Amino acid sequence: MSGMSVQQMDVRKPLFRRWLGILFEVARLPSGMVGLFLVGAHLFFAIFSPWLAPYDYKALDSGLILGLPTAEHWLGTDHLGRDVLSRMMLGGREALLVCAMAIPITMIWGGLTGVYLGLRGGWADEVVMRLVDAFLALPGILPLMVFVAVLGNGNEVLTPTLAFFFGIPVIRVARAATHDVVARDFVLASRARGHSRLSIMRRELLPNVFDVLMVEGAMRLSWMLLTFSSLSFLGFGVSPPTPDWGQSISEARVYMSLAPWGVLGPMIALSTLIIGVNLTADALAKTLGIDRSKKAVV
Amino acid sequence: MIEMLLRRLVLGFVTVWLVSVIIFAGVELLPGDACTAVLERDAQGKVLETCREELGLNRPAIQRYFSWAAGAIQGDFGVSVDGITSISSQVGLRVKNSMLLAAGALSVGVPLSIFLGVIAGLWRDRFVDIVVSTTAIFAMTIPEFVSATILVLIFSIGLGWLPAVVLTPADAPALEFFPEFVPASIVLTLVMVAHIMRMVRSSVIEVMAGDYVQMATLKGVPYWRIVFRHALPSALLPAINVVALTVAWLLGGVVVVEVVFNYPGLGRMAIDAISDRDLPVIQALVMLVAAVYVGVNLLADLMTMFLNPRLRTLHMRSK
Repeated sequence: MSGMSVQQMDVRKPLFRRWLGILFEVARLPSGMVGLFLVGAHLFFAIFSPWLAPYDYKALDSGLILGLPTAEHWLGTDHLGRDVLSRMMLGGREALLVCAMAIPITMIWGGLTGVYLGLRGGWADEVVMRLVDAFLALPGILPLMVFVAVLGNGNEVLTPTLAFFFGIPVIRVARAATHDVVARDFVLASRARGHSRLSIMRRELLPNVFDVLMVEGAMRLSWMLLTFSSLSFLGFGVSPPTPDWGQSISEARVYMSLAPWGVLGPMIALSTLIIGVNLTADALAKTLGIDRSKKAVV
Repeated sequence: MIEMLLRRLVLGFVTVWLVSVIIFAGVELLPGDACTAVLERDAQGKVLETCREELGLNRPAIQRYFSWAAGAIQGDFGVSVDGITSISSQVGLRVKNSMLLAAGALSVGVPLSIFLGVIAGLWRDRFVDIVVSTTAIFAMTIPEFVSATILVLIFSIGLGWLPAVVLTPADAPALEFFPEFVPASIVLTLVMVAHIMRMVRSSVIEVMAGDYVQMATLKGVPYWRIVFRHALPSALLPAINVVALTVAWLLGGVVVVEVVFNYPGLGRMAIDAISDRDLPVIQALVMLVAAVYVGVNLLADLMTMFLNPRLRTLHMRSK
């Protein structure tokens, strides 16, 4: 297959230059362009919003409760008289920070475990995969909520908890991707040369499953952001007064019929971020020639 | 065939058993137990001791696991931390409510998603497909509480057509939920339609590009006959598995939607239990949902195997 050889040559390029090229290709696709723009804009606000926000996010103004949008407060004020626009600009920082830390951990532990199991096979593979099946049967967000309820909702709890639970389906994906590679001749040759498992993983397998893992990671990032905001919507995420979209939406919903603008801002912000990440992941999958729709929806 | 069937069945049981071990071990490893939850942090050593003795919490963990598991198999999950409420009867009520919600979403969602998926797949990259696929991406990615809020803003506050929250008590007969469960059902339908539709679409595209479809085209079989007789039966097979995942999700994972609409189903029972640190209830709920997940998936696999002769002979390795 000619497509395969191009990809393999690509793999030998320096990692950074290859991914820079891929980024440009992604930006050429319509979905990638929109996605990267949205993600870029959100990153910009996440980094610079402390200097850009017009008001202090925790400054209360008892004279302006559920205030209408005005020239001073573009999006009005919330039920405690805080500026909605400022809280909206700052509201994605915690989510992005936690997910940006948790995703690499997720992909590394899930990816390495999956690749190792795919190569090793045997009883260890069987045992771990049965455990993976069992973990996947647990109902979505509930185990996370139990962890947060018991251990607290600090970032030092949320990050490893998210990374742990999100890494489990990654094991499956990485293992399946490894199975596609492991039977090929170059792996056999490497085995025949007497390389150790670790060396085969590093030299032959990881470079070949790297693309699949990157797409998976981008996808998981959008789900993790969704989960994080759901947790904080349910009151299991960021503690007040730190602004967070999920939490803002849940607070503003109560006053929705009086002040609908309070709920619209954070809703648009949160949705554009998640859609942006999703579109980027989609474009990345297209660029790298990985058909995501065929993967099991877990 | 029989061997494969047995293997799947055994694997299902192993998974459920492992889930029970994970749940039990998880609750065991996390700090605090039912007694510290009821008595709060200021519990004195003596009081705590008597409470643990009453609930049998001072027995070794293995022994407690077996008595819990033995009860669970018979459908008896013990009592809630308040010491009175029987978990099984409470859960029973909520299961009925959750099933009502799921039935509402499935009865509309499954036909709709298959229809849209087939349309989008047959007219790939054409206008219909672009509209349907883009909408699906939005429906999949927008958080449920956002789409729920938009729905309430438009249809409850703006137009006044639908109730914004459910006020019917948990133990009311199913009919009394009738107008109130509709908004929650709509939100769930949106998400599930997006997932199933994408699956069906890619499966239709794959089958339509297959050799036997080309063969039929070359033989001069009319297009719609190819679609209905040759392509769709095998294109829709993978949908069974996605529908199974959706059923499991609807019966267990819809915490957010149930909270938003105040719907008294399993999801809200779970979040209430977590807020109250009601560990026995959490254990029971997670166990139940996981068992449903395994059961439904097993059923889907068996159905696919039954409907697809190729899978009966091929040795299906779990990937």
